[in-house]
Amino acid sequence: MTAAVEVLDATPAKAIEGRSPFVLAIRRLRRDKVAMISLGVILLIVLMAIFAPVFASVTGHPPNEQFRDIGLTPDGLPRGPNGTFWLGTDDLGRDILVRIAYGARVSLLVGVIATAITVAIGVVLGLAAGFLGGIVDTVLARLIDVVLSVPFLLVAIALVSVTGPSLTVTVMVIGFFSWASVARIVRGQVLSLREREFVEAARSLGAGDTRIMFVDVLPNVLAPVIVYTTLLIPVVIVTQATLSFLGLGLPPPTADWGGMISSSQNYYTTSWWFILFPGIALLITTLAFNLFGDGVRDAFDPRADRLR
Amino acid sequence: MAVFLLRRLGHGILVLWLITLAVFGLFFVAPSNVAQTLAGRQATPETIALIKHRLGLDLPIWKQYLHFVENAVQGNLGYDYYHQVAVTTIIGQALPVTVSLALGASVLWLLLGVFNGVISAVHPRSLADRGLTLFALFFYSFPSFLLGLLLLYFLYFRLTLAGYTWFPAGGYSPFSQGPVTWLQHMVLPWLALALLLAATYTRLTRGSMLDVLGEDYIRTARSKGIRERRVIVRHGLRSALTPVVTQFGIDLGQLVGGVVVTETVFSLPGLGKTAVTAINQQDLPVIIGIVLFASAAVVVANILVDVVYAVLDPRVRLH
Amino acid sequence: MTETLLKVQDLRKEFPTQHKEVLRAVDGVSLEVRRGETLGLVGETGCGKSTLARCMAHLYDVTSGSVWFNGTDLTRLSRREMRPLRREVQMIFQDPYGSLNPRRRVGSIIGDPFAIHGISSGQQRKRKVQELMELVGLNPEHYNRFPAEFSGGQRQRIGVARALALRPKLVICDEPVSALDVSIQAQIINLLADLQQEFDLTYVFISHDLSVVRHVSDRIAVMYLGKIVEVSPTEELFEQTRHPYTRALLSALPVSDPDTADSRERIILMGDIPSATNPPSGCRFHTRCPKARTECTVTEPPLEPVAAEHPEHETACLFPLRLGEDLSTAVPDLRAS
Repeated sequence: MTAAVEVLDATPAKAIEGRSPFVLAIRRLRRDKVAMISLGVILLIVLMAIFAPVFASVTGHPPNEQFRDIGLTPDGLPRGPNGTFWLGTDDLGRDILVRIAYGARVSLLVGVIATAITVAIGVVLGLAAGFLGGIVDTVLARLIDVVLSVPFLLVAIALVSVTGPSLTVTVMVIGFFSWASVARIVRGQVLSLREREFVEAARSLGAGDTRIMFVDVLPNVLAPVIVYTTLLIPVVIVTQATLSFLGLGLPPPTADWGGMISSSQNYYTTSWWFILFPGIALLITTLAFNLFGDGVRDAFDPRADRLR
Repeated sequence: MAVFLLRRLGHGILVLWLITLAVFGLFFVAPSNVAQTLAGRQATPETIALIKHRLGLDLPIWKQYLHFVENAVQGNLGYDYYHQVAVTTIIGQALPVTVSLALGASVLWLLLGVFNGVISAVHPRSLADRGLTLFALFFYSFPSFLLGLLLLYFLYFRLTLAGYTWFPAGGYSPFSQGPVTWLQHMVLPWLALALLLAATYTRLTRGSMLDVLGEDYIRTARSKGIRERRVIVRHGLRSALTPVVTQFGIDLGQLVGGVVVTETVFSLPGLGKTAVTAINQQDLPVIIGIVLFASAAVVVANILVDVVYAVLDPRVRLH
Repeated sequence: MTETLLKVQDLRKEFPTQHKEVLRAVDGVSLEVRRGETLGLVGETGCGKSTLARCMAHLYDVTSGSVWFNGTDLTRLSRREMRPLRREVQMIFQDPYGSLNPRRRVGSIIGDPFAIHGISSGQQRKRKVQELMELVGLNPEHYNRFPAEFSGGQRQRIGVARALALRPKLVICDEPVSALDVSIQAQIINLLADLQQEFDLTYVFISHDLSVVRHVSDRIAVMYLGKIVEVSPTEELFEQTRHPYTRALLSALPVSDPDTADSRERIILMGDIPSATNPPSGCRFHTRCPKARTECTVTEPPLEPVAAEHPEHETACLFPLRLGEDLSTAVPDLRAS
């Protein structure tokens, strides 16, 4: 539109810039109110994670310090929200607000890193399987079947119990078991893409397999990958929290949301804040990511256009 | 069809075999101090060696593996380290619990998901559609343990405090000891699971229903003057349900090994909880047995889904 | 006689099918392309002309036979060895929608040949690409647009620019205009003709549309079911048609004068094109040929000159048409003798 007008005006002030499908999708996304609000929430959580030390210094409560005197009732129970501890304390007299802020770091870090690893492995193997075909495809397709058939949570728990819990193990376990669904999606797309004439055109120009895979095919599978990635982040965050809940998250005293909820289990009859606030933090995070992911799906999936 | 079935079966067995290899490799290569735990803290090295020998842990790994496969083919998954109970017996005891959980929950989530999906698809972008989508997404975003704990808090703790002891805090009561108690124990876990999974089905039904309702034969049906409700249910829903059935089969298969958290939260002694206990005790035969059993459930479910698909759509068989 | 640029010798290309059969897409084709000429290749959909084109450009590995280009047998080259030769043999594809990557900008699509062969970079490459765009009649300012923002004709110009980037000697055009509106077809054909003059190009021009092929070609090869049935200089093919199949194709051409349209012979071929997995015995055309004789079902006719005074005109028919022979009343006679 703007480009055409500029040509007619014969004032080539700005170079003519084509509108890529990606830019168009971003534009659609920016008009999606729910998605934008969710993105705002996500940014707030990111800020909270970055400035977690500020929470600690403002309240004067380091995340792992146990205030057994002022943070616990005489019976040794957690204290509810008050002027000193805005969101109350946990079973060891630690400040829940500060620990939630620090817990955000774990959730986001694992969410982003594990998702990135998962998507990277999945895309490369999916591309290879779909594009190269033959033996490579047969082997990878069976491998995908195997990984998808294994009861993920059980094996993850078993693995972590063998290796001992740590951030690295959590990230690796999640990455190892999640790449298969990405690879399956990418493979399916590539199988139809590689029959397209532009792949043949690239070959007739003398392009090698690697170049065709990454320069010609990859940009065409990016849309579903982007959609899947945004929807994978909340799943990964929940998985990390679940592992923590089962006692296989990060070694104590590191604050993370799943672990906080887990230790609140025995206190929910007396200290509602102990489970409520970490629970809300976790729920708001996953909900924001899911709503945002939903918007991304609508923006990137051309089929959504039909409904408007 | 026979060829197709055989090929799928072959793939399934291959996948299962690869899983035994992977699982065996992972767990047996890892250092284990089971013998030490069993023998007690003051045990002499001789006792530990004896225990290791009795459990077959002194053999080279490949021999242990051969042993395992040989027995597994005959339907024997070994014995647990602590009480020498057959792993198959342990699975047999835990399975009814998991099946009760999975089946009841699946009925709930199917009803919920399909109903909401149809409403959404019939009035796309309406208030009802947006509301239901948000509802589904809200529960979908819940970590299952959090949803379980919340249900416990409100429907057990709060309700009991108010004088209504409708639901227990957890545990399992077999169907044979009275259907009502069984139901009381199962309702909360069912809800926890169903609310979570319904979202997928709402979206799936909505999507495929929208596709189907855009087809020419729906317009034809409408133009023939068939009542709208009949058009939607008889002509639309029937063909829109194919992807839902597929997803359902896959999900059911995965539930066998995938309800770890729900079973833990509600103290249900199903496969998941049994496995977690075994993991904590490093009871390898039980872990491997349950992992293998759960994988087999997924594989079988996938084959069944493929077969149903092939029956419905003969083109599939060619590939 | 002009020099031969590309020579196809007894080329075969088979594809395995799902039912363990073999589809003989190209079944023993020998053909010459001479420097500077345009060789037209016509035939019905599915006769193997696109496969033949891809074998010539060595996009497919052939089953047997050879493709000599400038003294090198392309079929024996590995993909790596083929790379330098890609600069000399280029293709223009049928589908201007499918042959351009929808996710890449036009500038980068046309610049692809330079990038792949490591020729120039940065501003220099951009200038070259914009020169090419101007050359094929595109606005160079549209450098950063996406294929979806162009019309079908413009997209085919992009395809032409990409094919010409490396100044190839031979350009294989696989139905370059069949996906376009008739009014646009003429523009693209004229563009190709201009470029041929300017850059001394050799074309293999594939089409199922005889009128287009007649317009652009110096010589025409007619293909049926994986074989060449007739090859001849263009005018001679039209004036002295020898093969009944060629005649049938010609009779289907629209004629501008309605008076002659009524009176001229119409040959309607019976039946469908037979399956290439199980081609008919003898002459492949005998199942649909109005002139078929029993002998045609047994003996496979070689491709050879019919008349000594026209060595350039070869036909694969046991009973080639005589000049002025009327086919519209012919009846096949396939009685066993």
